[in-house]
This record gives sequence, C-alpha cells and structure tokens, in this order.
Amino acid sequence: MPGKLKAKIVAGRHLPVMDRASDLTDAFVEVKFGNTTFKTDVYPKSLNPQWNSEWFKFEVDDEDLQDEPLQITVLDHDTYSANDAIGKVYIDIDPLLSSEAATVISGWFPIYDTIHGIRGEINVLVKVDLFNDLNRFRQSSCGVKFFCTTSIPRCYRAALVHGFVEELVVNEDPEYQWIDRIRTPRASNEARQRLISLMSGELQRKIGLKVLEMGGNAVVGYLQCFDLEGESGLVVRAIGTACTLDKLIPGSEIKESPLAHGCRSSHNSPVHSACSSQRLSHSQNFSVSVPTLVFTEGGSPRICEFPFFTLTCFPPGFLVHIGGVVSARSVKLLDRIHNPDEPETRDAWWEEIRQEIKSHAKALGCHAVVGYSESTTICEEVCILSASGTAAMLNPRFMREGSVCVYSRFDDASPPSCGFCHIPYDEFNMPFPAQLTYCYHCRRQKVPDVLFTTIDLPAEAAVTGKGCLIQARLCRTKKKAQGEVNATAISNLLPFMEYELHTQLMNKLKLRCMNALFGLRIQISVGENMLLGLASATGVYLSALPAPGGIQIAGKTPSDLSYDQHISTMQKRINDTIAMNKELYNIHPPECIEEVVGSPIPDRQRSRLFRSTSESSDELSELDLSHGKKDAFVLEIDDTDAVEDIQSLLTDAPMPAGFYSCNTEVMPGIYNWTSGLQMFTSVRVYRLNNANLTNQGLNKIFTDLCENLLKSLYFKLRSMIPCCLCHLNFTVAVPEEELIQVRRHTPKNTSPILFIFPINILIKLCVFVCFPGSGENEEQLQFSMELCGESTSSNNQPTAKPSVSSVDYGSFADRCSTWLELLRLKAHTIRRGSVKTTSSSERCSPLPEVRSRSLRSTRSLPCGAPVTVVKMTPLSFLPRTRIVKYLGIINMFFIRETTSLREEGGVSGFLHSFIAEVFAMVRAHVAALGGNAVVSYSMKECVFMENPNKNQAQCLINVSGDAVIFVRESDQEAIPPLITCGQTSTTGADGTT
Amino acid sequence: MSVELDVFVVNTTIMDEEVYQLWLDGYTVNDAVKVRMEGGVLEGCEASAEVLHSDTMDQYRTFQMCERLLHSPVKLANQLLFQIPPHRQVMLIERYYAFDSVFVREVLGKKLSKGTKKDLDDVSAKTGVTLKSCRRQFDNFKRVFKVVEELKGPLVENIRQHFLLSDKLARDYAAIVFFANNRFETGKKKLHYLTFQDFAFCAGQLISNWTVGALGDYNMVEDMDVDLEKEFLQDLKELKILITDRDLLDQHKSLVCTALRGKTKAFNEMEANFKNLSRGLVNIAAKLTNTKEVRDFFIDLVEKFIEPCRSDKWTAGDMRLYLTHYTNSAHVLDTFKHQVVWDRYMGVIKSCILKMYHD
Repeated sequence: MPGKLKAKIVAGRHLPVMDRASDLTDAFVEVKFGNTTFKTDVYPKSLNPQWNSEWFKFEVDDEDLQDEPLQITVLDHDTYSANDAIGKVYIDIDPLLSSEAATVISGWFPIYDTIHGIRGEINVLVKVDLFNDLNRFRQSSCGVKFFCTTSIPRCYRAALVHGFVEELVVNEDPEYQWIDRIRTPRASNEARQRLISLMSGELQRKIGLKVLEMGGNAVVGYLQCFDLEGESGLVVRAIGTACTLDKLIPGSEIKESPLAHGCRSSHNSPVHSACSSQRLSHSQNFSVSVPTLVFTEGGSPRICEFPFFTLTCFPPGFLVHIGGVVSARSVKLLDRIHNPDEPETRDAWWEEIRQEIKSHAKALGCHAVVGYSESTTICEEVCILSASGTAAMLNPRFMREGSVCVYSRFDDASPPSCGFCHIPYDEFNMPFPAQLTYCYHCRRQKVPDVLFTTIDLPAEAAVTGKGCLIQARLCRTKKKAQGEVNATAISNLLPFMEYELHTQLMNKLKLRCMNALFGLRIQISVGENMLLGLASATGVYLSALPAPGGIQIAGKTPSDLSYDQHISTMQKRINDTIAMNKELYNIHPPECIEEVVGSPIPDRQRSRLFRSTSESSDELSELDLSHGKKDAFVLEIDDTDAVEDIQSLLTDAPMPAGFYSCNTEVMPGIYNWTSGLQMFTSVRVYRLNNANLTNQGLNKIFTDLCENLLKSLYFKLRSMIPCCLCHLNFTVAVPEEELIQVRRHTPKNTSPILFIFPINILIKLCVFVCFPGSGENEEQLQFSMELCGESTSSNNQPTAKPSVSSVDYGSFADRCSTWLELLRLKAHTIRRGSVKTTSSSERCSPLPEVRSRSLRSTRSLPCGAPVTVVKMTPLSFLPRTRIVKYLGIINMFFIRETTSLREEGGVSGFLHSFIAEVFAMVRAHVAALGGNAVVSYSMKECVFMENPNKNQAQCLINVSGDAVIFVRESDQEAIPPLITCGQTSTTGADGTT
Repeated sequence: MSVELDVFVVNTTIMDEEVYQLWLDGYTVNDAVKVRMEGGVLEGCEASAEVLHSDTMDQYRTFQMCERLLHSPVKLANQLLFQIPPHRQVMLIERYYAFDSVFVREVLGKKLSKGTKKDLDDVSAKTGVTLKSCRRQFDNFKRVFKVVEELKGPLVENIRQHFLLSDKLARDYAAIVFFANNRFETGKKKLHYLTFQDFAFCAGQLISNWTVGALGDYNMVEDMDVDLEKEFLQDLKELKILITDRDLLDQHKSLVCTALRGKTKAFNEMEANFKNLSRGLVNIAAKLTNTKEVRDFFIDLVEKFIEPCRSDKWTAGDMRLYLTHYTNSAHVLDTFKHQVVWDRYMGVIKSCILKMYHD
C-alpha cells in the first residue's frame, strides 16, 4: 500500500446547458482511479456549480499510480433517464510521484468530450502521499524523472550518462475490437484514450525500472511514439537516455523553497545576463563540478548493448569526434499481434535495425551514436521502420563503464571549436571515399569536406556567417500492390529515394555555400501509390571545414550552340545565386580565395550517409551516395533527373528579409534573442485531382506545396520581423484511401489520393532583434519594433508599412503577459508552498507561517484567479529566461470526432478548434502543476480522417513536452506602466464572475 | 490539386485588427481578401492571393470561435480555449460592441423585438451596412438590454461591468437601452437631422436627472435608471400654473424681456413669441405622465420650440441666453412655488435643446 491519492472537486464553470427547459444543468462529478469510483453531490440548476467536495482518497499501489490516470467525469443528473455525460478530464499524476517535480495539482481543467470538444471547466485539487518502499523487487519506478528535452535539463548537471533505454508495449486497438460495432463513437474514443494513457503510463514505468537498474535517476530525450497498426494492433514504444542528474543548487539547503528562485539570480554567473546566454548557459550547467564515475554492479547487459544517445545537445567535451549520419530502414509486413504480453516480433524488428545502426557506426570508426531517433510509417499492412543518428566518439569521462566500448584512438588535445569535425576513422582505411583536408582551424587533424549530422550545432563550434533551413523534397510514384509484392516494391524504391534526397541536400548546401548540415531529419512516408521523402536540416558554414566548391553544369552534347548557351545561362544563374546567398548568410571565409573552380574530375566519391534497406535482416546493402568532386560539383543536365535537380535548386524562393529559419534549437550565427516567442502549428491537406502524375509532376507539386507553406508562414508572421523560425519541424503523410473515412462501418470512399502535408509543422518562433545595442533592456527593444519604422528600415527591411503596423502580433502582448505571468508565478509558487506546509510534514517549508497563511487566503477564491499565461515552445529553453524548475513530463493523447462536420466549419474549422483545444488542455495541465511554460513541446501524432459524404471526421493528436517554471533574466527590471490598464480590466472582469 | 484543409493555430492567439474589422463589417472572406489586396498588404511580401486567402480564412475562423465568448465578455477573461493577452481582449470586446451610427439611428427607440430584426434587411439596404453587421449590432443591443433589464443598480455601471466596455461605449449603450425601453420616437422626418450622439446626450441627461436613480438613492431598485420617476412626472403637472395664470405669464414674460433687451438681435421675435414658446415647454412637461406622450418628447421639443426659434433665425447664443433667463426668471416669481421641480425640468430641457439646436 505504498501510496494515497487524494482528489477534491472544487467547482465548475461555464458548463453547457444540459436541460433545455430550464437552460441550466444539474451537474455532479465522478472521480475514478483504477476500479474505485467516488461521486460528488448533485449541484442543482447551475452552470457554475460549487461542489467543494470532501477529499476523495484512493489507496493504491505505486505501480498503479504510475500507470493509471485519474479520471474525472462530469455528468448531468437526470431523474428519469440515464445521466448525460458532459465530459471528462484525465489527469496524469506522474509529476506528483517525483519529489523534485510538482507537489500538488490544482487548477481549472477544460472538461473535454470527444464529440463536443471543450465544455466548460472544472477546478480540481490532487495530491499524493507516498510511503517509502524499499522493496527490491518492486514493479514501480516512482521518482525517476522524465524529460522530453534532448539536452541535459537546464537546472541539472549530468553526473553520469548511462545510455540507451527502450521499451515497447502492444495492445489491441479498441477501435478495431468487435465491441466497437455496437458501442457509441464516444465510448470507443474514450476507451482508446484511456488505453493509450494506460499504455504510456506502463511504458514509462517499465523504462523507469530499467533506469533504476542501471543506477540512473532520470531519462533525458524521452521519445514516445504510437504506431496505429490498425487491425494488427496498437504499439506504444519509447526510447530515451538514462542519466544520473544532480540538481544544481545555487544556495545551500533552500532548494525546496519556491521563494528561493528569487535569490537565485545572485548566485548566477554573469554569462546568464548576456543576451547570447543560450550558448553559454551550457557551460554553466556543466562546468559546476567535475563529473564523477560511479560503478554499479551488474547492470543489465541488454541495455548496454546499444551505445545510443537520444540527446542532441551535449556538455562541452562530451563529443570528441563526429563520423556522420547513420541510418537504417526496414520494410515490414504487419501481422496481428497475437499475444500482447510478449511483443517479441516488434522488439526483434527494432533490435535488428539498431544492430544495423551500430554496425554502421563502427564502420565509421565510431563507438557511439548520438542524436538517435526512431520512427515508423504505416500504410495498410506495410510498415517502414526507420532509425537514424550520428556516429560519434564520446568522451568516456561522462560514461558509465561498459555502456560504451572505448576506443583507444583518443586525442583530448584537439581544440573544442573544431575537434568534433576531425575524422574519427582511419585516414588510410576509410569506410567510404572522402576528400580529406587538414582542419582549417587547427591545421593539425584531418577533416572531411562536408559533415552531415542529426544533432544540434555544438555550442563551442566555430561558425562563419548564419545558418539556414535546407530541405530536400521528393516524390516517387509506385504501383498499387498488396502484401509481399508491395513491400518489395517499396524496399526497391527506398535506396533511390535516399540517394536523390542526399543529392538534393548536397546541391542545396553547395548553393548556399555551406559545408555542414545539423539536425538532419529524413522522413519517408508511404502511400498507396506513392512515396514521399522530406529531408530537413540546418545548413551551416563550419570554419573548420574547407570552403565548398561551386556547382558546375555540364552538358553531354557540346556541339549544339543554343544548348551551350542554355547551359551557360544556367551556370550563370547558379553562380549568381551562390554569390547572393553568400551575402544573405554573411559567409565570408578567408579561405574562399584559394578555391579552384572548373576541371570537373569525375571521380566518384564519398558519402556521409550510410543506409540500408532490408526486408529481412540478412539482406544488408550499403549504398555509395557519391557525387562529383569537392571543388566543382558537376551536374550533367542531359538526363531528366539532373534537370529536375537544377529546377528544384533554383525554385527555392529566397527568404524575405528579416526572416531566418532553421530546424535546430538555435540558429547558428544569431545571438541576440529576445524573449518574444510564439509557437504555432499548421496543418494542410491537399487533394491531388489528377492521379496519373509523373514523378516530375509530383515532385513539382510537392516542392510547391512546401514553398507555399513557408511563404504563407512568412506572410502571417510579417509583423514580427526580424524573427527566426526555430525548430521548424515538417511532417508529411500520405493517408490511405481507405482511411479517408471515419470508422470502418462506412462504405469505401473513392476519392483520389489525399496528400496530408505537412501534417504538423510545429514551428516555433523566436523573435530576436538586430538593432545595435540589443543587449539592453528588451522592453525598449520590443517597443521600438512596434513603433519606429526607422529602425526597422535601417535593418534593410522594406516592410515598414502602415498596414503592417496595425498587425501587432503580440510583442506588447508578450510584455503584458510576461508581467502578469510573473505576478501569477509568484502567487503560484507561494501558493504551492503554502499547500505544502499544510499537507506534507516531511518536507519542511521555509516559508514563515504568517506568509503562508496570508497567501492561503488569496487561494480561497479559485473562480477569481485569472488564467495563467503558459508559453509553449518546441525548444528546450526560453530565450532570455531561466528555467528554475522542471515539474514533470506532459504526455497527452486526444481523440476528437464529429458527425456534424459542415456545421463545425468543415474540416478546417474542425481541426482548428481541435488544435486550439489541445493547446488549451496542455496549458491548463501545466498551469495546474504550477508551471508557466512547456518546453520541448512536440505534436508527435496528428492523424486526421474524414468522410465528407457522411459529414464525419475524426482526428487523433498526441502531444508531449516538459512543464517548467521559468523566470525572466531581467526579473528586477521595472514594469512598464502601460500594462496596468490591461491588468485592471482583467481583474475587473473577474470580479463579476 | 486543391487545398482540402488549411489551418494555422498559435499558442498566444494572434489577430490582425484590420481583418477583425472586415469581419465585423460583415465582409465575406472573398471580399475581405479583395479589400486587403487593395490595401496593399502583399506589397513587400512575396505572397500570393492564395496566401492571403488562407490567412484571412484562419483569422475568420478564430473570430467565429471567439464570437461565442464575446457574447459574454466576462467569460473571455477566464476561458481557457484561447490565450489572448488582456489588452487584446479589451480591443476585441470594444470593437465587437462598437456600432455604426447610421445603423443605430435607424433602430433607436424601436422595440428590440423579432419584428424589428426581420426588417433589418431594409435597414441594411438603406444604410449600406451589411446585413451581417446589422444583425450583430442589433443582437448586441438586444443582449445588453436583456442583461441589464434584470439588474439592479446604475445602468452605465452595470453595462460596463457585464460587458467590460469603455465608459464612452457603456454610456452609448445606456442611451440605446433607455431609448428602447421608453420607446422614444426618433424616426419622424422632422427628427432626421438629429444624430445618434445628440440623442445619446439627451438620454444621458434624462437618465441622470429624471429617473429614480437620479436622486442619488442607491437602494438598488430595478430599472432605476431606465424608467422616469413617476412622482416627478406628477409634479410636473403643477408647472401648468406658469401658463394658466395670466398674471404669472405676463410677469414671467416681462422679467425675461427686461433681462434680454438689447442683448440680442432676435429680441423682437423673442418678445413676440414668448407666450407661445412658454406654453409649448410647459405643456410638454404637463403631458409627460402619459406614456404615449413620453414617446413624443423629442418630436414635441422640435415642433413646439426648436422649429419656431429656427424660423426666427435665433443663433445658438440667442437660444442659450433665452433659456437661461427663462429658467432663472421663474425663481423671481413670488407666487410660483415649484422651484425645485422647475429646475429639475428646465435643467434637462435646456441642455437637450441646446444640443438639438443645430441644422
């Protein structure tokens, strides 16, 4: 009996009218955990019921605490007929199980119904009393912290990085059970939501156990995915990096005090106040103490089998050398999972792929893989499993012995700004042909001519100019087929797709005069009769690497004069573009002078990309993805492919002035960030009317779609410039025709192919300012952004127009909200402090009694509390702020369905409101934990299905992130006086509720 | 190839004020795109009409989703669906509740009923305000009316608190509610020259001087600011003595004339018309006990007083001078005992007439 869960239902508000006659509702609440259910009294005839219930107590195993969500159902009491459900709230109580995360969950939660969406809000208080359990054979892993963040969390220090952890659970999908034929859509959706919630709880617990076994206390870079395999089942899998984290304690023993955050700043090293603190704060996190090696007895050998790390950002000195990108794909045919308790086949599949990755890394002379991730794409019974990462050599200081077999070739002497670029493999025994030169930085070690990686740019790397987003897009048609034939067709196509994507990336990289790619992510999705490939990465000019050569075009029939002319105009356009890009990205390396252009030597060379496609594990093919030579990249335009390449090269529209974009956490070459930040999600679905398109035609369409989407973003965000779109994350999918229907009872829809594209681009935006003296007070800076067109135009922005000035997307808003946030944050932390004093005596609160009492009184009116502003960002940090506490992982899964699609504004209206609702629920959960932001937020899954003929649509969304409390670095700065008006109006509003 | 679905959702809701206005004005998406194109938003951006259309659609959807919340602005502040910064909320509400003066002029004083709503297409055709916008404005009036109808306490304050409007807008709404409740006639041809602001001013005067709430008696009576005080209206009957008693009328006239002599060019006309004008004003007062006559209050003022003066070419200064002396001289009349009622009556009449006396 190791835990007692307590829940209290305080009040509801804005409930829907359930009784048409009286225009009111007789609401009551059911609180369920596991198999125990409690009920509140019926609060008659009110849309704002005040239940103020007793504390409902559940005495449960901590195993259940980890697996089960607390389920709160709001119902309308009906004397004569069955009670109508208004909606539900699922609360994941995992954050309460770790002593360092949240201590109480308290706040307003949107009441969610899978058919009607959000229907009012409910105020709930949840607490957990945990009893210490020293049982060695326990099944629970309470206390292991989970982070989605793929770097060491900001207020921790990595004492030890243990290594890769993975787990996978399978179940039958409730949507495909026989019972689904008779139950209501609502019941089916709820069963599915609950099951996935349970499965992810179980998964987390199992991973936690592995971490404990390894001697760690946290999982960083936790990546959880769902595979909706349809008939064959539902797979929830997760990977992560086990670590031992130490909390960074600025003061002495006051770490539990929420007020301690205030005094933290005095302990802060000066790097934090600098505007480029993002890059420097790494060192702050890690330099505090020398990591110690801990030897634990008998760690599971299975876990150590894969020296993989899901981290993309590392402490200085951790990364010694980078080999290059390693990736593996495997095409599988799905079959029904017969025994959910033993998911051996799925495990074996992944095992196979990981082995392959490992061997690729070895071939590159590396002993570890960093920035590792796994993904799947499913089309009917064909499933492609993919894994990719960056082969690297790591510094064994951070490693537990055994997790990585350390190679002897080590030179710790290489300088940090270029060391990671040096080749890890043997120069005379290269795994692939490559052009090596001496490092342009230290001139001592060999470096390759280009470097592709899946990780973030190391903070210490020397970069010339700015970076930019580079995308390669590809579309290939495929014959419709079934089963084995289909799988073979796909696996035959894959190598060519990889090759072409790689060529495109390389060309675009050269066109931008850059020599390295970071954050490379290649996504291949299968449709019934096409394959889509989308590779995104952030291009950078690494100072240590040689300057990239130009691109040379060559024709095969030089006799024709007009043809020659055509070639030379093309060549000129390319050269012009390169020159323009050099200016645009500010790339002026001194080495450029010695660049030799011309003399196309057709020696086929080098590739950074190792891939293999296999239908069965023994068939392992390696592909040589080589092109041209270093100095001049030769494109022969005789064959149509090359024409296509050049087309796609030149059709990429340049970014409007004032915009920057990248898919990594930070934009290389930009350091003056402001705290203005906006996160957005955009979903587009295109329908191809003409199903008989050629490869080129499809490619053109696909490229246009991507470009249009980017253009659209630039337009929408035009008032925020100068700004940078960071962590731009594209996802594409080609839904099956059969899936274009909601629920399986409906007849087949014979509509043409549907392109869901990009299913969710989660793009996060950081506004940064390029004015001189931007290191100053940011309030002023943002003000100048809004008001003075002069300073904007001085920055070569032509868009300082009156029409634009009317669109204030919230720089002022941001100032306002952050100020409010700050106030609320204070209220919050203090409130939480006070609750702590009342509940758990083992944790002493340093708050004086008087204070906590006075603050408890402010807490007494939950109705009046204004809504906490919660920021969301896919980044692992918030620029110019300091994360003071991690409150726990947010991992939520929602289903929304409608049978009145037209009435809800069509598919766009439906999805728009659903995404808005998901955001609202995430924010509410974070606020209830006492947080004011979600970092490393991502929308993992967004599956959309519709049947317009039946007026139906269904959508599934999975989101995750880390709830945190942050404070602004410029905390002490004066609050701008204009904000008070906004504030009073809000409080005025609240007074009347 | 066609776009099947296209959404863009942000964490902190962003809205373009220009598009919001177009939405409020009842423009369709296509028309709004046209207006925006003509306004030159695309200049300097490498964007196409398609992009603009998609952006407009996104914004329109957001507004539509917000509309439900705007119906009870208090909810907007503590709802969770949209994260909107407070100053944006204020803007959203204020603009949503703003109205076109041409439109309000058409429905002012009319019953806010279904019947009136049915005739909105005529109003729309007449005023050039889109039907959609007319409906929104009409529904706003009706919603405010319904909410404050059941509330106790001062009208303007109630409106401000329940709809979070600015003082100015709350006062305008108070006027609209006041007019709708008392059904003042404003649509007659003779009244066409008066603007909504003229009426709103008069309504303000009436609310703050002639209603139950005007006495400063904050016992929180229902409708205290909406209905004229019955007792006061009864007392007004006593003023009749000013015109029925010949001596008093002559005495009043001579006092006024002595004071005015030499001060205005229109003196002769004033002297000649004194009795007529005085009768007009006092008769209006005496008739106010009858609700039907209350409705004709403004038309009476124009017919019985403003029009004669205008035909005699009084200036605004003349008017002020005349009304001041007309009011004050009554105090000197020793047989006239109803000074308090007189002041309360004339104070409002004077300011109303002065406001209404223009072309």
